Amino acid sequence: MSPGEYIRNSQIWRSIFRHPAPTDRRNRVVVMLTNFFLHLHPVSIKQQGIALSYTWCMGGITFFLFLVETITGVLLMFYYRPTLEWAFADIQALRDVQTLGIMREIHRWGAHAMVITVWLHMYRVFLTGSYKPPREFNWVIGVLLLVLTLLLSFTGYLLPWDQLAVWAITVGSNMARAHPFLGSEGPGYQLLNLGGYDLITPGSDAKFILLGGRFVGEATLNRFYILHCVAIPLVVAGLIAIHFWRVRKDGGISQPL
Amino acid sequence: MDPHPDLTSSVLTGLGWYYLIMCVMNVLWTVRSYRVDGQVPKSVPWIGGIPVAAFWASFSALLMMVSVAYFTGTRSPETFPLRLPDSFKDSFDAVTANPVVFFALSVVGFVAMILLRRIWIKDTVAWLLLNGALLFMGLSMTDWDFRQIVGKPDNVPIVGMLFILGFLTWIYFRRAVDNDDRIAAGQPLYEQEDNEKVLVWPDLVYTELICMVLLTALLIFWGIALKAPLEEPASSVKTPNPSKAPWYFLGLQEMLVYFDPWLAGVVMPMIILGGLMAIPYIDFNRAGNGYYCFRDRAFAVSTFLFGFLPLWVAMIVLGTFLRGPNWNFFGIYELWDVHKVESANNVNLSEYFWEWPLFRSIYGGIPRGGDVGTILIRESPGIVAMIAYFALLPPILGLTILRRFMARMGVIRFMVFSNLILWMAILPIKMLLRWTVSLKYIVGIPEWFFNI
Ligand code: HEM
Repeated sequence: MSPGEYIRNSQIWRSIFRHPAPTDRRNRVVVMLTNFFLHLHPVSIKQQGIALSYTWCMGGITFFLFLVETITGVLLMFYYRPTLEWAFADIQALRDVQTLGIMREIHRWGAHAMVITVWLHMYRVFLTGSYKPPREFNWVIGVLLLVLTLLLSFTGYLLPWDQLAVWAITVGSNMARAHPFLGSEGPGYQLLNLGGYDLITPGSDAKFILLGGRFVGEATLNRFYILHCVAIPLVVAGLIAIHFWRVRKDGGISQPL
Repeated sequence: MDPHPDLTSSVLTGLGWYYLIMCVMNVLWTVRSYRVDGQVPKSVPWIGGIPVAAFWASFSALLMMVSVAYFTGTRSPETFPLRLPDSFKDSFDAVTANPVVFFALSVVGFVAMILLRRIWIKDTVAWLLLNGALLFMGLSMTDWDFRQIVGKPDNVPIVGMLFILGFLTWIYFRRAVDNDDRIAAGQPLYEQEDNEKVLVWPDLVYTELICMVLLTALLIFWGIALKAPLEEPASSVKTPNPSKAPWYFLGLQEMLVYFDPWLAGVVMPMIILGGLMAIPYIDFNRAGNGYYCFRDRAFAVSTFLFGFLPLWVAMIVLGTFLRGPNWNFFGIYELWDVHKVESANNVNLSEYFWEWPLFRSIYGGIPRGGDVGTILIRESPGIVAMIAYFALLPPILGLTILRRFMARMGVIRFMVFSNLILWMAILPIKMLLRWTVSLKYIVGIPEWFFNI
């Protein structure tokens, strides 16, 4: 008996993997149905639908990057405190935390990569016309995922609390001030007033709500931290689940009719 | 010592590796060429009959020598000769360092990409283009200013994205042209050939596994090669110049040059997203569902590509690489000088209108006063223009040139569609007006923060 076979026949191995490595047709079908992770997939699929030159694997890569970001992000959270006192110092100290190695690098570059692959996925879905019926609504869910991916990246940008972070968010969030009706420097805000008192002021407008203050400060850091680490990822995870479910319900990856 | 050295020992070593990799790529290409390319046709004078691979072999040899030269030149970077000459850099910047040329070039490139698609999808042409791009990068890396921008860790992914995007666009056109020909000849589509059902295990599961392993390797390599940036701790008194949004929003920040924040930062992004979501409900064309093609969807694909390539990606490139202090435009080899001044003397449409000699003599110049009536009269030319653009143009088009569209789409869908197209067009229109007649606002009511 080879060492490999010995391991695969041990009680421990067989207690973890409910099924031996599938080598014949019947077992290859069964594994797809019985394995929790694999059952996201159908059992069999059209050859061209999974050709790399067709899907560019961009949706799958985006999903993989989302998982990478989740794992590295959780590791980073162990070392990071979102307060004015600690945020910058913690990131700086991370460089000396040997056990974490290049987690911050992977998290940052993975985030850039995810923004790029989401676009490229959208690009391919458009160019293959895969948004056409019956997949219209999955495209809409996709656009929501695109926005949320950008927002994930944007909220994370602030967390290191260095010059780059704070000013990039300042530039970005100044837009909220110009929101029509809801921004204190936006057109039409004067229309929202009660008995001569403006409802929309720098202390109550869209920018204030986004930042939790008039400027990027401690409240902003807290807000962005929670959005970045909890709120948006939860929504994204939910939408990805629906997105995948729809891919299958809409008849699998698109093919010529 | 020059504080901004164009070449240093480590740059030379890096470029040595760079050209070595290019050399290896071209050696592989030579092998491929030897197998499939054959000879230059006998009819061509001088070089007829020579195997095409011979040219690639010579090119590879040349790259090898360049690589060795860079590796061995590391001891005296100041005098190393293989670098971009200053005269070239200056004249290149002089021609390209302005947003008008940049935008014009990206539109010309876009049109050429579509019209010349049958040429550039050819293997050899595409390989030449890739080599051209790589040589341009490599040579430009011998310039200090270019390196500062392109080599910034946060900008590296953008450079990578440009190459990947080029490659995927190439794949698209290749497959699309192939299918266009098949449709014309009445043959089955590429996607319909060999399209048996296969089992997900092993066919898909293993592809996924390999993808994950490769990506993990890439991320680890990338993480080791480039440190995540960390600048000085945040300070509310020291404003960096330029202050840039994260790179994926730089297209929006670039729009701020032409539109006020309420449009560029709020309304337009919402319209972009709403427009994207509306695509499946607007595009009534049933052709091209689930396969690559161009001819049957020429309008939809060209519109989308125009929005994505020149209006989004090119704007990000512009915002990232070419906008420096005070959001001035800098050439790729130009030093980011904080004191560079660009005069901006822009004029509102209302000023043009009321100061026009004829109206001036009748009405006595631009109406002044802060009450609602005067403001509306003052801005009436712009307001009328905007109403005509968004409210009158669509029905007029729908009843005349685009009659067929409106009949097939129905009125509501057609109105949504034409308004989205008009919103997309308003950016290039405003850009053109700014560059040609220095137009500031079409409607300018700073009293209400309402400027278009
Ligand atoms: C977090 C972001 C996203 C993830 C993880 C994701 C993941 C996936 C995956 C794994 C597939 C299967 C086929 C493939 O890999 O191409 C898919 C299909 C699809 N995606 Fe996404 N996607 C995302 C964002 C988007 C966006 C931004 C759009 C469009 C705006 C979109 C629209 C679609 C559509 C219409 C399909 C069906 C395509 C077909 O059947 O050929 N998705 N997505």
